[in-house]
Amino acid sequence: MIDYQYLKPKSLEEALSLLESYGERAMLIAGGTDVMVGIRNGKFAPEALISLRGLEDLAYIEKDNDAYRIGALTTHRMLETHPLIRSELSALYDGASQVGSVQIRNVATVGGNICNAAPSADTAGPLLALDAVAVLKGPRGERNVPLSEFFTGPSQTVKELDEVLVEFRVPAVMGEYGSAYHKHSRRKAMDLPILGVAVSLKVTDGKIEDARIALSVAAPTPIRAKRAEDFLTGKMVSEDVLEEAGKIAGEEASPRDSLRGKAWYRREMIETFVPRMAQKALERLKNR
Amino acid sequence: MEKITVSFILNGDEVTAEVPPSWSLLKTLREYFELTGPKEGCGVGECGACTVVIDGKAVNSCIYPVAEVEGKSVLTVEGLAGTDGTLHPLQRAFIENNGVQCGFCTSGMLMSAKALLDENPEPTEDEIRTSLAGNLCRCTGYVQIVESVQKAVKMMKEKS
Ligand SMILES: Cc1cc2nc3c(=O)[nH]c(=O)nc-3n(C[C@H](O)[C@H](O)[C@H](O)COP(=O)(O)OP(=O)(O)OC[C@H]3O[C@@H](n4cnc5c(N)ncnc54)[C@H](O)[C@@H]3O)c2cc1C
Ligand code: FES
Ligand code: FES
Repeated sequence: MIDYQYLKPKSLEEALSLLESYGERAMLIAGGTDVMVGIRNGKFAPEALISLRGLEDLAYIEKDNDAYRIGALTTHRMLETHPLIRSELSALYDGASQVGSVQIRNVATVGGNICNAAPSADTAGPLLALDAVAVLKGPRGERNVPLSEFFTGPSQTVKELDEVLVEFRVPAVMGEYGSAYHKHSRRKAMDLPILGVAVSLKVTDGKIEDARIALSVAAPTPIRAKRAEDFLTGKMVSEDVLEEAGKIAGEEASPRDSLRGKAWYRREMIETFVPRMAQKALERLKNR
Repeated sequence: MEKITVSFILNGDEVTAEVPPSWSLLKTLREYFELTGPKEGCGVGECGACTVVIDGKAVNSCIYPVAEVEGKSVLTVEGLAGTDGTLHPLQRAFIENNGVQCGFCTSGMLMSAKALLDENPEPTEDEIRTSLAGNLCRCTGYVQIVESVQKAVKMMKEKS
């Protein structure tokens, strides 16, 4: 077992200055469900862990005129049990409520899920389909990165070593969209997805005004299926149209063969679940 | 590495531990406090045998850094019975309803169920199953465990 220091800054400023002085020798820890497991498995061997858990004011879910604001330290359990998330950002509810177990969701954070950048991260697809922007803070100030530009590869993001993710912003207009996320896995609980499909739609009088489709475990990073989105925009809702969008999304994906599933299988599941999630999003819009 | 000092409430008592900073809460409970109710099954958050309740929430103590319990309240299975030894209704229900076979998962099951009932005294079967989804049992097939929790709910309702 490796030994490391455990640092508990009380403010974001303190966390940033610790990050700066330790550089590559330190690692940030939030809920620790990826970090602690990674240390145990020998994937990480930091000299110090810098804990963000003391920054309790970074755990919140709020809505103002511009945006839904979700603090990076918000746990999956907080997302799962917040009425605003369930009714207005339903895809994020679908994703967060299916992460691991209650024990995991009680500590694991949405910021950690995104910064860990696993291709299978269950909140990545929903946040992409909800047009989320990640707010990063570092020694050079604050910057906003659309989630669609955040991931650069498996476990890789545009976040610099000396930056902390502080917030996700979902544009307030997304509250007018219906959305849904499907986690495709073999077991009901405690399994990583073979595939994740998130869809959000804005529909007026049967006409699709805007569409977002996000896929995870379908490429080296979670992606948006933009051609399928463009295809849907302006069309009247019909089974055929949704099915065609599924086909296009399947072509846009570049899944690989893995232990959990073959590439052809993932592609067929994309074709199946894009229309199904679109239907679910539409139903939710209707029932509001 | 120099040890750290962590003060918290453990099963109702104020305690202080002096342990290496890299220790998990589970290791601290078992090796420093010699509370061996919480078990290590997988050590990586998958099996729930190490489940304890921190400030009312069930967590996996195997991946919970001990430094993070500073100032918090931790409940383990050792703190579930009354101080006079009266068993908690959950414990009685598990015994009476064959919710226990080899017993390795039991302390974790009890603690997940305890956190659930404190938050939601009359859970549906679905809610019970969701709350126990992170607790693996290789013996019982889960049916008796779910029924034990339902029985405890009844016992607690009758009492109040
Ligand atoms: C048993 C088990 C089951 C799981 N099941 C699932 C599942 O079903 N779906 C799923 O998606 N994931 C799952 N996970 C993975 C994990 O729980 C999630 O990715 C979780 O959201 C990570 O959050 P955390 O707060 O624990 O992150 P941590 O482990 O604390 O951190 C993860 C990474 O993000 C960095 N980081 C964290 N917060 C910030 C921040 N604010 N700013 C900058 N960097 C930061 C850390 O340095 C680290 O690199 C599971 C894990 C376990 C152990
Ligand atoms: S020992 Fe902690 S979850 Fe298995
Ligand atoms: S009783 Fe043996 S593992 Fe559950």
